[in-house]
Amino acid sequence: MSTWLPSEDRRGPSLRFGPLFAAAAAGLLVGGFALAFYWAPEDADQGFSQKIFYLHVPIALTAYACFGWGAWKALRLLWTGERRYDLESYTAIHMGVIFGLLTLVTGSIWAKISWGEWWTWGERQLVLFLILFLFYSSYFMLRYSTDPGPRRERNSAVYALFGVVLIPVSFLAVRIAGTILHPTIFTHEGADLPWQMLVAFLVCLAGMLSLAATLYRVELTGKRIDASLRELRELLA
Amino acid sequence: MSTAEKYVTGAYLVLLGSLLVYLLIIALKVGRLEEELADLARAAREKHSG
Repeated sequence: MSTWLPSEDRRGPSLRFGPLFAAAAAGLLVGGFALAFYWAPEDADQGFSQKIFYLHVPIALTAYACFGWGAWKALRLLWTGERRYDLESYTAIHMGVIFGLLTLVTGSIWAKISWGEWWTWGERQLVLFLILFLFYSSYFMLRYSTDPGPRRERNSAVYALFGVVLIPVSFLAVRIAGTILHPTIFTHEGADLPWQMLVAFLVCLAGMLSLAATLYRVELTGKRIDASLRELRELLA
Repeated sequence: MSTAEKYVTGAYLVLLGSLLVYLLIIALKVGRLEEELADLARAAREKHSG
């Protein structure tokens, strides 16, 4: 009996390093947040509200990383034809959308404190991130509007690759166009913040990336088990 | 607690809450997979014996 995804095509990174990533995520996030609250100095302009920076920016960068990872896996699928990359690309984009939603929520909270409103349409970076988020949210509609198989895998991969073009546009928009409200911390001249803040931020970023890696592996393993069970069910039918 | 402190706490709780929701989803999924696996094992035994 043939299935749309033979088991040998599902091989890839397993949960072997899962506990390592999970431990790293827990340690780095707890350590990073502790550094942010108890060690890094309070921002002269924004005061305590700037502490969201250590949460919001790592989440946003992790969302970009997930979308980038999904596009890389999509490119591998198109390049090599190995079907396991489809599930890996899909899982990475799934994670990216979750982190993207968290970016929008935490960003809105920060905006409310700093600007007095939850959202502003006048900021290019915000709007471009929203477009990126909606673009990748639509990925699921495209994916599930076609039957499982090589055609769906190719279409999904091409869509994932198109989306990655929006990442540098979204990231660089505020730097190219200039901005009034949204702060620009990292410029071509380096990071515009005290070194203690930078250290705390980097620890938080490493923790958030480890968290994403953990969730990615858990989610991927779950999807692979689902596919294996589906295959077994067909074999036993 | 100042307004800024309330909002900052809220933002960090969003992450914590999301992780807990994700944990709940994974727990439900593991439960479902366990049931499906048990069904398949039963079906395999029946096929083997019958």
